[in-house]
Amino acid sequence: MATTQVVRSEWTKIRSVASTVWTLSLVVVVTVALGMLISALSKNEFDSMGAQERAEFDPTFISFAGMSLGQLAMIVFGVLVVSNEYSTGMIRTSLAAVPQRGSFLFSKIAVAGGLALLVGLVTSFAAFFLGQAMLGEHRAEIGDQGVLRAVIGGGLYMALIAMFSMGVAAMLRSPMLSLGILMPFFFLISNILGNVDATKKVGRFLPTRPAARSCRWSRPSTTTPRTGRGADWGSWACGCSRR
Amino acid sequence: MIELEGLTKRYGEKVAVNNLSFTVRPGIVTGFLGPNGAGKSTTMRMILGLDHPTAGDVRIDGKHYQQLKDPLTYIGALLEAKAWHGGRSAYNHLLCLAQSNGIPRSRVREVLETVGLTAVAKKKTKGFSMGMGQRLGIAAALLGDPRILMFDEPVNGLDPEGIHWIRTLMKSLAAQGRTVFVSSHLMSEMALTADHLVVIGQGRLLADTSMADFIARNSRSYVRVRSPQRERLLDVLHQAGVVAVESGDGVLEVDGGKAEHVGELAAQHGITLHELSPQQASLEEAFMQLTAESVEYHAHSETSPRPSGQQWGDGWKRG
Repeated sequence: MATTQVVRSEWTKIRSVASTVWTLSLVVVVTVALGMLISALSKNEFDSMGAQERAEFDPTFISFAGMSLGQLAMIVFGVLVVSNEYSTGMIRTSLAAVPQRGSFLFSKIAVAGGLALLVGLVTSFAAFFLGQAMLGEHRAEIGDQGVLRAVIGGGLYMALIAMFSMGVAAMLRSPMLSLGILMPFFFLISNILGNVDATKKVGRFLPTRPAARSCRWSRPSTTTPRTGRGADWGSWACGCSRR
Repeated sequence: MIELEGLTKRYGEKVAVNNLSFTVRPGIVTGFLGPNGAGKSTTMRMILGLDHPTAGDVRIDGKHYQQLKDPLTYIGALLEAKAWHGGRSAYNHLLCLAQSNGIPRSRVREVLETVGLTAVAKKKTKGFSMGMGQRLGIAAALLGDPRILMFDEPVNGLDPEGIHWIRTLMKSLAAQGRTVFVSSHLMSEMALTADHLVVIGQGRLLADTSMADFIARNSRSYVRVRSPQRERLLDVLHQAGVVAVESGDGVLEVDGGKAEHVGELAAQHGITLHELSPQQASLEEAFMQLTAESVEYHAHSETSPRPSGQQWGDGWKRG
């Protein structure tokens, strides 16, 4: 069984269902729109900020504010791509056509992960540029130190969240169960694990930590625009791919 | 050719398929018959590698399913209806299957034409009726132009026109030299389509025989005769060389005899007849007798069919 055949088949599957279009559209729209809104609000608040706050002002991070909500749509995308097979009964047809489970799952995750990466990068760049446009004179430039890395890291983070969700859905096989575990997990559990001393070490390896870390830590003020969680996401992504 | 050897599937304590060995040969329609819960679907899933056998082996043209390169070109299967994503169009459903097995795109249009779904090819399959769903499942089975076809209860939920279409299709596929393996719980349906019969009950093989043999052995045609002058009639029949058996309640059964012949003999001798009727023990009855012991879920309502010979209240009398 040629893997290219299976990859092509998975691409047909993914592009021919409506859930792909609406979950991924939601990722882009929610992330970009919310990022623009928060950027616009931050710009107006800048004048009333204290010196400390101004020093910590991170335009890149602010324009990514929509990602915390946009990633939920990405989770739904990842979960549905895999669990649809089980909930519809398609899995029997799929495995009869491709009896090699490894090849089947690899192709599915490669195609969906690739698409999520593409959409994640588009979202990340759009959120950055449109967010910066809203920030006006407080904006960061893509050429500034660490910014490009942060923006690419944001896209990578989105793709990895989707793949993480696919993995969970492949184990649980039920869309409701998967979403029921992933949604609270991303909102609550990782925060709790990361904030309790005993579990901090575990929490550090969870995918949501880069986001939480950049929210909690106040950094020494510098004159260069901060790279915020984008960079942290990037390093998490690299860490994951190494592991 | 499909070969099963000692195929066994256990779910915990429960044995779904028990040491099943038979061969499904090409060029004929092989019926796979058994009451509900006999293990037909489990057996078919194991053939496709969707379930792992607890013991035993099943091979397709000498190979395990997993070893087949582009399996849809070897064996096409219609399993339970609606094994697809309802939001995907019929065309795209077949296209993704074709691509995974290196089957050309043009073949998708061909099979849609064959099953008569061309007009709704671009529609989402969730709006399909039961019959359209069966047709789509059959299109998927035919997609790879395979030498072996397997249909699990293909006539379920179909209208008479659809049933006729499927019967004709299965026969023509077998006539092309393909192996056709079709399951059903209806003997009457099998009698019309199958050339060979494999009967299972509670996962065990009960019969592996040609349809003609099964009919010859199990369907008895006889003439039922009732007469107030029974003794005389017996004599007359005996003299004419016709064998009659008494079957209680003053009824005579003339095996293999013609009703006309019996009637004429009676008239010649002035014997009064109260009843003269040709009878055919149905295949359904034969099948029910064969599987009576192995039926998993007995219905206990008065309308439930009873194995012949047993009277209502027999169990009570015995108890």
